[in-house]
Amino acid sequence: MTRIPVVERIMKANDDVALANRRLLDAHAIHAVNIIAAPGAGKTSLILAVAQALAGRRRVGVIEGDLASDVDAQKVRAAGLPVHQINTGGGCHLDARQVSAALAQLPLDEIDVLLIENVGNLVCPVSFVLGEHTRLAISSVPEGDDKPHKYPTVFANVDALALNKADLLAFMPYDVVEFERLVRTLNPEITFFQVSATSGAGIDDLANWLVELTA
Amino acid sequence: MHEYAVTESIVEIVCRHAADAGAGQVRRIHLVIGELATIVDESVQFYFDFISQGTVAQGAELSFRRVNVEVQCGACGHTWQPESADWTCPLCGAAQARVQAGREFYVESIEVEDA
Repeated sequence: MTRIPVVERIMKANDDVALANRRLLDAHAIHAVNIIAAPGAGKTSLILAVAQALAGRRRVGVIEGDLASDVDAQKVRAAGLPVHQINTGGGCHLDARQVSAALAQLPLDEIDVLLIENVGNLVCPVSFVLGEHTRLAISSVPEGDDKPHKYPTVFANVDALALNKADLLAFMPYDVVEFERLVRTLNPEITFFQVSATSGAGIDDLANWLVELTA
Repeated sequence: MHEYAVTESIVEIVCRHAADAGAGQVRRIHLVIGELATIVDESVQFYFDFISQGTVAQGAELSFRRVNVEVQCGACGHTWQPESADWTCPLCGAAQARVQAGREFYVESIEVEDA
């Protein structure tokens, strides 16, 4: 029996494709945002609200990731944005290869900010880089303020967090101060937003942040 | 469920290194997995038994070395292993923890029979 040293990162194959995606995005001066959240957190609604707030300032393109259907892509297309829908067929996350294929379908010279809506899941998407420049997590008030205890990895591995459905804070027991404190212990540099895609509160802050990132 | 995709990568890496070394059957695979890598050992083993069928890695035993999360306080430099998701520094109370260990996720080595 012989022992052969390997020391190879298991995610290397994905990371290599992600790096190629990143180079392609940079060549087209596109800033890509990987949006990670649980199902129902309001990813698509927030994308539409932010895209509207960015109108005239940045051109937004969208990649939609879902297990099945193109209902999200239809909503985005109806808003007049270039969009490509990825169906993972049961896969619980987007991977770099799927995004590479999606990029080939999008008008890259007409996009400044690419919002990539990952599959609704707080666990698996964290492990798969896509070539994004920025990671944005969305948590929503009805999910509860204890989520950082239960899913620390996602909160520790994103650049920004938007607490969505903030209009519901008036109707539910939710300790937003403790929530933010816990998130910051996991991730001291995180940028924190309180937003409501429904009322529009905080959407301008999120849009202005994206403008600054792409200045 | 992303263990399926991950296990495909493991089998690819193991078979490539075994072939490069001109090795025979792979008997054991040593994996290093940080607690932040959100990987379930049993799930990897389950998929491995299926995905490795017909390869030189078929029947190999998976050995998991787990790496605890270790963080360092950005304010006072204290290093500790947090036991909950509250990473407030137990010494100075600052919320400036930086991850030092726990993100590892790689194939460390393989044990093979000589061809």
